[in-house]
Amino acid sequence: MTEPQHEERPHPPGPSLYPIAFAAGVACILVGLIVNPTLIAPIGAAIAVVFGFLWARDATMEYRRVPEPIEPERREVPVKAEAPAIPAHRGGAAMPEPEPGERFPRSKFLEASTLGLGAVIGGLVTVPAIGFMVVPAYVKQGYPSVDLGPLENFTEGKWFVTSFFQHPDAGEVSRRTAYIRNNGSLDGKPSFTIISNRCAHLGCPVQPNGPVQDDQKKVVKGEHGQRVTMIPAIPAGGFGCPCHGGQYDPEGNRTAGPPVRGLDRYDYEIKNGRLWLLKPYSVTTVVGQGKDARIHKYKLTGPGEHVDGWEQILYPLQPPH
Amino acid sequence: MTVAPPRRRKSARRQRLEGAITYPIDWLEERSGLIGGLRYFLFRKVPGDTNWFHTLGSATLTAFLVQALTGVILAMYYQPDPNTAYQSINHITNDLTLGWLVRGMHKWGASVFIILLFFHMARVFLFGAYKYPRELNWIVGVMLLVFGMLEGFTGYLLPWDQTAYWATVVGINLNGTAPILGPFLADFLRGGAEIGPDTLSRFYSLHMLLIPGAIFALIGLHLYLVVRLGVSSPPWSGQAAGSDYVEVTPTTDGRSGLTQPSARSGWRRNGGES
Repeated sequence: MTEPQHEERPHPPGPSLYPIAFAAGVACILVGLIVNPTLIAPIGAAIAVVFGFLWARDATMEYRRVPEPIEPERREVPVKAEAPAIPAHRGGAAMPEPEPGERFPRSKFLEASTLGLGAVIGGLVTVPAIGFMVVPAYVKQGYPSVDLGPLENFTEGKWFVTSFFQHPDAGEVSRRTAYIRNNGSLDGKPSFTIISNRCAHLGCPVQPNGPVQDDQKKVVKGEHGQRVTMIPAIPAGGFGCPCHGGQYDPEGNRTAGPPVRGLDRYDYEIKNGRLWLLKPYSVTTVVGQGKDARIHKYKLTGPGEHVDGWEQILYPLQPPH
Repeated sequence: MTVAPPRRRKSARRQRLEGAITYPIDWLEERSGLIGGLRYFLFRKVPGDTNWFHTLGSATLTAFLVQALTGVILAMYYQPDPNTAYQSINHITNDLTLGWLVRGMHKWGASVFIILLFFHMARVFLFGAYKYPRELNWIVGVMLLVFGMLEGFTGYLLPWDQTAYWATVVGINLNGTAPILGPFLADFLRGGAEIGPDTLSRFYSLHMLLIPGAIFALIGLHLYLVVRLGVSSPPWSGQAAGSDYVEVTPTTDGRSGLTQPSARSGWRRNGGES
């Protein structure tokens, strides 16, 4: 039998309830984000902040306690008679002799210089190499204008599945597709609806919900090996994505499925009676149809990225292109 | 009267033969110590109650080595160019002798590698083998899992068919939806704003140089830690509970049955019987 041992130290304080209240606040935020982001979620945030503060104050009490000042012990030292001053040229030196050996040894210097020189050489090699890996992805990116051929090819009121090389030098890998409809003239100028086929969910190619008239395919050859193919289509049911089921109306508004906004569109201009495709831009919704459409237009962003609503704070920066 | 020498004595011829075999090994050992190092690495003491679940790590390593070997050979025929990549894969599969086999090993072996990784991870988790002092090895293992899945992601694009292309489009855009840095990550993966010729060669380089290099380095660290810290016992092991190993003769078996009823000898709890 051994004696039961008694703790001599004082017991630590019992478990605090603040973490539980803090967790409840976090749970309230999460529920609130789904149920009512404007009311419930801020209440949860307030609970979490208050109890988080109390918990932190509780937990750090031990460390924040101001140590009690302790009076230093003092004793009176009897004053001795001072010895007479020694003249400077007699007696030992006031400072002790330095220890034999070097204060800053050669080995230390060589060690530091080897490491330092190695770091400099390594940096000189690595920094440009890593720069070469990373930087080209962000610079000289662009959407050169594409000549889609004469306006007469685009029959008024008809949709064309139009595919083209975004970068004719890169060839087939740069083939992109747009759905183009000639809306007729607006204020004396031709109006076009040009919708990108890149799904606003995760970038799969959306397909027209309706017949595609492959037998009426037309190929327009342009400069630099550009090959524009045009296939008439009747997307009466809008557009649908085969990957995850996103659905859009004929103006590109999201009607169902996971996309976070409408389909992107392309800017365009008319030069010498030919249709030129310019930069694409992102769209949330389109009100109205055809040439009367009012487009809520945003800077081009990647698929799946919100451009409006509170979620836009998740994407504050876009790469320069 | 002479008696025939016992068979134990080696004949001179046999001694010469053994000498010829061991000479290069001794030569290498004397100059490098590599043989001793290899012996230290391979012939370690492990707990008596290890079992088949402890072989999952070696199985994963083997699967990775298969991927490395078949990948190096596939790289001799594959062309990471948007205009010829698909044709070169066709050429490997249909024209070259045994190409179908090596490509099949690489393709299916990729899934085997990931599956074994998860089995190995489950073993370590369920056996509690990630606990002190092996936490760092768990972290290294998780990094290996991440790099293994990056191998899967980058390798999937290389056949350059419709499935590969659109799956990679979706995968990259999925990365692009990560908050704040997502759009930049997507551009980095694509090597630009859109998928282009550089994307394929970039994925090829990541797939066969950068990520495998990192995996090899991490596997080295992983194995170093296994050798240094030893193999852990299963959770039901008496050793893991801090017992001493007690040799018990069969005659006293009956009294040793407190912890392991049927064992002749085994791990016994400290402070139990004395």
